Amino acid sequence: MQILQYLINGISIGSVYAIIALGYTMVYGIAKMLNFAHGDVIMVGAYISFCVTNYLGLPSFVSVLAAVVVCTVLGIVIEGLAYKPLRGTPSLAVLITAIGVSYFLQNAAQLIWSSSPKNFTSVVTMDPIVLMDDKLVITGEVLLTVAACIVVMVGLTLFTSKTRTGKAMRAVSEDRDAAQLMGINVNRTISTTFAIGSALAAIAGVLLCSTVPTLMPTTGSMPGIRAFTAAVFGGIGSIPGAMLGGILLGIIETFSKAYLSTQFSDAIVFSVLIIILLVKPAGLLGKQIQEKV
Amino acid sequence: MNEYSRKMLKVPTYTLLREQDKDKLPVLDVRNLGIDFGGLTAVDGFNITIGPTEISGLIGPNGAGKTTIFNLLTSVYQPTRGSILINGIDTKGMTTHKVNKLGIARTFQNIRLFTDMTALDNVKVGMHNEIKCSFLSSLLHLPSYYKAEKKANQKAMELLDFMGLADVADKKAGSLPYGVQRRLEIVRALATNPSIILLDEPAAGMNPSETTELMHQIRRIRDTFHIAIFLIEHDMNLVMNVCEAIAVVNYGRIIAKGTPEEIRQNPAVIEAYLGREEADA
Repeated sequence: MQILQYLINGISIGSVYAIIALGYTMVYGIAKMLNFAHGDVIMVGAYISFCVTNYLGLPSFVSVLAAVVVCTVLGIVIEGLAYKPLRGTPSLAVLITAIGVSYFLQNAAQLIWSSSPKNFTSVVTMDPIVLMDDKLVITGEVLLTVAACIVVMVGLTLFTSKTRTGKAMRAVSEDRDAAQLMGINVNRTISTTFAIGSALAAIAGVLLCSTVPTLMPTTGSMPGIRAFTAAVFGGIGSIPGAMLGGILLGIIETFSKAYLSTQFSDAIVFSVLIIILLVKPAGLLGKQIQEKV
Repeated sequence: MNEYSRKMLKVPTYTLLREQDKDKLPVLDVRNLGIDFGGLTAVDGFNITIGPTEISGLIGPNGAGKTTIFNLLTSVYQPTRGSILINGIDTKGMTTHKVNKLGIARTFQNIRLFTDMTALDNVKVGMHNEIKCSFLSSLLHLPSYYKAEKKANQKAMELLDFMGLADVADKKAGSLPYGVQRRLEIVRALATNPSIILLDEPAAGMNPSETTELMHQIRRIRDTFHIAIFLIEHDMNLVMNVCEAIAVVNYGRIIAKGTPEEIRQNPAVIEAYLGREEADA
């Protein structure tokens, strides 16, 4: 039964990666940039939730809501101040700016909340479900994370396929110039994408810290990098790809920690990534782009 | 009357080609348009006036600057000199999507459909600014969503049907044959409710029978939607048959303007296309 427990834990942490990966993949698909500050938005979301619960004493759903609102605004502001002025410049300039924003957020968090770890109180108060004579434990966090992941996935799929803004996003991601000529405001579409991605990051931050309750200014960076890996693994730019990549990554990570080595789990995860990319360079669900000669 | 006194008197001096267009504001009024890329002058002194229901052509040898002119008209590039008025409004400094809202739409030389979407969705992206439905009601599928969706679908289907594409509505744009994709791009441009549509080599890659069909369709578009059409084309048969006015550019400058008949006779045009004939060569 041990294996089933690991699988459940893997799916749970994988769901968090998947939600983070969605932010990476959407921004990449539409703005054609890698937002390396995405992981730090997660950290900000977790801190906001922490403050609202611990300093203001408000219920957990209010803290989640506050985190979502603050991160959405943060995402729009980051995009407007740091990335928008660089539209049309080489992608390397934007990439380096993103790394700069990442450090800025980490240091700002250190200034505000200090570098000493905070003990995050889980937003879930439910008792764990115990099955098969204590051999299988499903915590409330696991249930919430998986449920959130499913809701986000279904919601985003409906959003991009059914709504006007969603269609505009797909159009911009396929051909920015042609989309503009269809009367689509590209800047606003990119801004909306950052808003959605950052709102998801806030949710991911709360879920992550509910599962792993240590909160520090660097909390977001490693999960951010893993989620980025997950997005590439699943095929960057693809929403189902980010989902699949995230969950698989979570499972691989948990299993390698359980059966191979705790210390080398990251090395194992990234080795799997390298192997997958050697076989399928566009990722699992990514589109093979054929250059026409 | 010189340019200066015209400005002072603010008298419209347009003599538009078609009887129907007389006394109307031109849909496109371009004055002294020019653009430099670094030290290179790609377009210079380009003037054109197009009436609300006129079919005009833009021809010239390869590299003459035709597509650059289209890019200037749609604000893909900002001009170095001159002005562009669409329905009387100066587009200076406007972004492409704003210019589109003023009433200009276009197709591309190399087809640029949203290949991953269905033909119907491509057309509906063109109707982006027309479909008004709030975020929430589309997500929750409220009745207003269905109403807006139904209306949009209906209009998109009508447009597809107009170009004989109704039966491919649910196919992915990228999977359609080349000629069909060209027509779909025209439908998508029409969906933005333009008052002028720019076609960049609409007949490129079409066989003669498809080209003949396209000529009929271009006239039908004008006659049905009462809009102006401005096209770049290398197929002289199409240009001479469909266009009521033709401008010829070479090295970024207009070298001739006139009716198809005048253009055919113009020595400067013949020279640009065939090269100078030496007297005793």
